[in-house]
Amino acid sequence: MPTQRKNSRNTRRRKTPELLFGDLWEFDPAPESADPKLKESYSLYIDGQQSAPKSRKYFESINPGTEKALTRIPAAGKADVNDAFSAATNGLNKYWSKLSGKDRGKYLYRIARLLQDRAREFAVAESLDGGKPIKESRDFDIPMAAAHFFYYAGWADKLEYALPGGSYSPYGVVGQIIPWNFPLLMLAWKIAPALATGNCVVIKPAETTSITALKFAEILQEAELPPGVVNIVSGAGATGQLIVNHPAAKKIAFTGSTDVGKAIMRATAGTGKGLTLELGGKAANIVFEDAPIDQAVEGVINGIFFNQGHVCCAGSRLLIQESIAKTFVQKLKTRIASLRVGNPLDKNTDIGAINSKEQLDKINDLVKSGVKEGAELFQSSCSLPGQGWFFRPSLFDGVTQSHRIAREEIFGPVLSILTFRTVSEAIEKANNTAYGLSAGVWTDKGSKILKMSTALKAGVVWANTYNKFDPTSPFGGYKESGCGREGGKQGICDYLKVEY
Amino acid sequence: MSRIPVTKTPKAYVGGKFIRSESGRVFPLNNKRGQFLCNIPECTRKDTRNAVEVAGKAGGAWASRTSYNRGQILYRLGEMMEARAEELAQAVAITGAVTLAAARREVASTIDRVVYYSGWTDKYEQVLGNTNPVAGPFFNFSVTEPVGVIGVFASDSPSLLGLISQVLPIITSGNSVVALASSTNPYPAVLLGEMLATSDLPGGVLNILTGFRDELLETFASHEHIRGLDLSLDVDGKKQAEILAAESIKRLKVREQENTRYWSSEKAQSVYAIRSFLEFKTTWHPIGV
Repeated sequence: MPTQRKNSRNTRRRKTPELLFGDLWEFDPAPESADPKLKESYSLYIDGQQSAPKSRKYFESINPGTEKALTRIPAAGKADVNDAFSAATNGLNKYWSKLSGKDRGKYLYRIARLLQDRAREFAVAESLDGGKPIKESRDFDIPMAAAHFFYYAGWADKLEYALPGGSYSPYGVVGQIIPWNFPLLMLAWKIAPALATGNCVVIKPAETTSITALKFAEILQEAELPPGVVNIVSGAGATGQLIVNHPAAKKIAFTGSTDVGKAIMRATAGTGKGLTLELGGKAANIVFEDAPIDQAVEGVINGIFFNQGHVCCAGSRLLIQESIAKTFVQKLKTRIASLRVGNPLDKNTDIGAINSKEQLDKINDLVKSGVKEGAELFQSSCSLPGQGWFFRPSLFDGVTQSHRIAREEIFGPVLSILTFRTVSEAIEKANNTAYGLSAGVWTDKGSKILKMSTALKAGVVWANTYNKFDPTSPFGGYKESGCGREGGKQGICDYLKVEY
Repeated sequence: MSRIPVTKTPKAYVGGKFIRSESGRVFPLNNKRGQFLCNIPECTRKDTRNAVEVAGKAGGAWASRTSYNRGQILYRLGEMMEARAEELAQAVAITGAVTLAAARREVASTIDRVVYYSGWTDKYEQVLGNTNPVAGPFFNFSVTEPVGVIGVFASDSPSLLGLISQVLPIITSGNSVVALASSTNPYPAVLLGEMLATSDLPGGVLNILTGFRDELLETFASHEHIRGLDLSLDVDGKKQAEILAAESIKRLKVREQENTRYWSSEKAQSVYAIRSFLEFKTTWHPIGV
């Protein structure tokens, strides 16, 4: 018997030759060299003017790849937020509400085009400030942001087709608060539909990633957008609270954590303010035994490691059918070993820097809990840069549903792996979460895809693909992942008050 | 000597059954002159929780029926109400808060509204859903799905038309409902329960409790399995409900406690009322071999 066992082991070894990665050959550095044109210090953008904050407070924006300060960002205080809302109200009454949809659209088209013109500059700024690999900011974030403006520009004079038979009106002035994971793209998701539908905006970028939002103010000036239509106030949570509680804000649109989303819902209770919330997720990415395995491996990798896992719809819970679990996990481990972690500005980088020290601590904490609760940790052995906040691509095998790493959003490059036997078990496990933002399904069988897509309680279902986005495609969650949709025709409806 | 009439014991309608409150409590319903009419069950937190459980179980099967079938069942409800329209009108007018003539008009509008929504079951998807022309080799479509169990506080005035106008758009799309009838005149809602029982609407899809908003607000607004709320409330109630609903991020629609003018108008019926309690699900699939 021992010889037989040895033979089978040999056979297995021959079947799956492994490529060796690691430090055998170094890649030459391939840094993107476009100038991000950063200023030493930024201003708020209120009433069409770059203005110093009345609060006189500034904070530094740190490059997470080097831990060095990039520039100074103003921290908007109460007087600044008040100014922003007065400007927005004025902009609404004096200019924006008097324009036809056609003309609102023209401004949005201008913005889209100007953003395309300066795409590379913005991509470098985004990667410097947020830590994401340049290939993502260059090929995804910035082009997609421009595409959103272009898409919604065309809606501005066609709103009656988005709400057939409905009578509707814009909210007026809306307050918008966006996260740090896709800074400029989230800004586009918020501003483009709001302006297309005739609203004016006070928007706050995330504290750690304000640069591209403040650079975007330059584009608004170049586009000659009427003063007050968009006002950009940077700052931390306190500034966000001022926006949420401001009486002139008739609607709040927020993307961020579920806890803050709940707090905003409580804060706006009884005020009649409209609300769109795009909150956390703990998406199941479900791989059936009849899936195209190699495609699924790529999809799972992209699902969790895209943007360092700083994605609310990340496929952070992998559910694999038991019969293929062993092979699949082995393939994942091999694939992870070839991911390059490092300088966000290097064109060969797959995984960039973790956005902030705070986020890195949170990831570390959750990974420790995973080890402590008994899941099996596997990490790539790749080398990490000496400076900056980085985290090795990681996966946890043998995760159970009660583990914190299966329930809480890690928002980092950490995949939790669970298994299932039957379709109904997969559905039950996938839906066993308070979240419901997204899900993935991998199988070659069409009817199974439709069955899963129907049964999964999630706002976006990716079948045999993952992490795909488009301006025409509505995005948003079920349950505690939020309410409302952004993108597509549905994204128009959520910026209009519909009478019925 | 005239015959002594047999009086009816009003009951709540939960899971297709007629129940008293588990608490055994009742409150008297009096007419405008203060004369006693009947006792109404005063439903509790526990009654609500039971109803939510029943609604949760019934909801999935209701949603998975064909749209055509849901339409026929709601239309059948209209038929049941039409046949007993006069009885409904008497119930609406029972307290004397509205005249019998006004009550008859209200019942007529109510039945028309049932028919209106029965016609939407297999059409709203075609208006609200769509395919999305994404910039890539993918087939991408957005369809709607019901949210789940929805809690309703029915309007006080109109007591029947308000209740039906709030509830019908919700169940049209396959949601199930736990509704609290008007506390100033719950009698038409009690009678509606009796019509639901003969309408082919599966038990548990529409549950009607009787009782008081103040007592049940907290349970409705904080129950995690209630996924959305359509509440007729006063200003303080609205704020409290919204604060509590935040904990599980419920879909919310809050309204005036009374609004006869609004509910009587055509504006009060809309495909966008159906939209309020729908989730949009977008599915992507690559195109290729």
